Amino acid sequence: MKVLMALLLLALTLGSALGKEAAPLAEDEAVEARLIGISEEMRCLVCQNESLAGSHAELAEDLRREIRGLIKQGKSDQEVMEFMVSRYGDFVRYRPPVKPVTWLLWFGPFLLLAVGIVALVAYLRRRGKHVAETPLSEAEQQRALALLNDKGENP
Amino acid sequence: MKRFLIPLVLFGVLVVFLAIGLTRDPHEVPSPLVGKPAPQFQLPQLASAEGKTFSPKDMLGKVWLFNVWASWCGSCREEHAVLVGLAQAGAAVPIVGMDYKDQRGDALRWLQQFGNPYLLSVSDADGRVGIDYGVYGVPETYVIDKAGVIRYKQIGPVTQEALEKKILPLVKELQK
Repeated sequence: MKVLMALLLLALTLGSALGKEAAPLAEDEAVEARLIGISEEMRCLVCQNESLAGSHAELAEDLRREIRGLIKQGKSDQEVMEFMVSRYGDFVRYRPPVKPVTWLLWFGPFLLLAVGIVALVAYLRRRGKHVAETPLSEAEQQRALALLNDKGENP
Repeated sequence: MKRFLIPLVLFGVLVVFLAIGLTRDPHEVPSPLVGKPAPQFQLPQLASAEGKTFSPKDMLGKVWLFNVWASWCGSCREEHAVLVGLAQAGAAVPIVGMDYKDQRGDALRWLQQFGNPYLLSVSDADGRVGIDYGVYGVPETYVIDKAGVIRYKQIGPVTQEALEKKILPLVKELQK
């Protein structure tokens, strides 16, 4: 058993010794890095919950090829984004621009938060009024004092 | 009783929103190209072996349908019957097809088998023109007016209902 383990371990180390350094996937790493940066900001229209960077859909591959071409032509990220938006609409962007149609999307959560806070404050105030003050009676006060003074002597 | 009213109303609003959400197809993304000039291209005609080309400017002055299809596309087949029906009914509107990311042989066989409702088809083998038109799910159909402006985009198959209720009335309107 031990011999077998040793052999296996040896095989493992041999494997890594013989393996070579991973070849870069793309010819131009700078272009590829920008491609990933841009396409992570974009939605794949075929599988809508995947980013363009992560999708294996054929259209996503074509679009990545297209974006790679644009980057090589020296287009800025902004121009690449415009290229995509002019064809597929704001929907391709995971972070749509702030404009009247998207106001509800951007500010809706804060609106809900504000409504919640107002409701909470109103509720707390109303409840404060409902709970009547009940002062301690003479006997209760005496007992409370006694308990407080008792501290230390009677652990 | 009154204290349940507000949560009940909120719940009702939520239900209405969710119900509306259920009736909408998230795959139908409104195209920003509607109302804009159809992107120009020059592509080889599918049927032509000598490499005759077609360009949208060839259709200027006519209202036409631009239908993106492919032989590998399943829902194109059900749509195809509708288009063939439209063409046989005495071409109310010319249809130009774009064979999207397809093999020429497969596409020609497909047309032979299921009929050819197209004035002509062009071949977009690498899908570049498809990207210019914002194609993301075949079949897609564009209504293009006399000035070459896209007026409507049908995402997914053209059904008989869509044809009668949306596309043909619009075509008639634009042909005036």
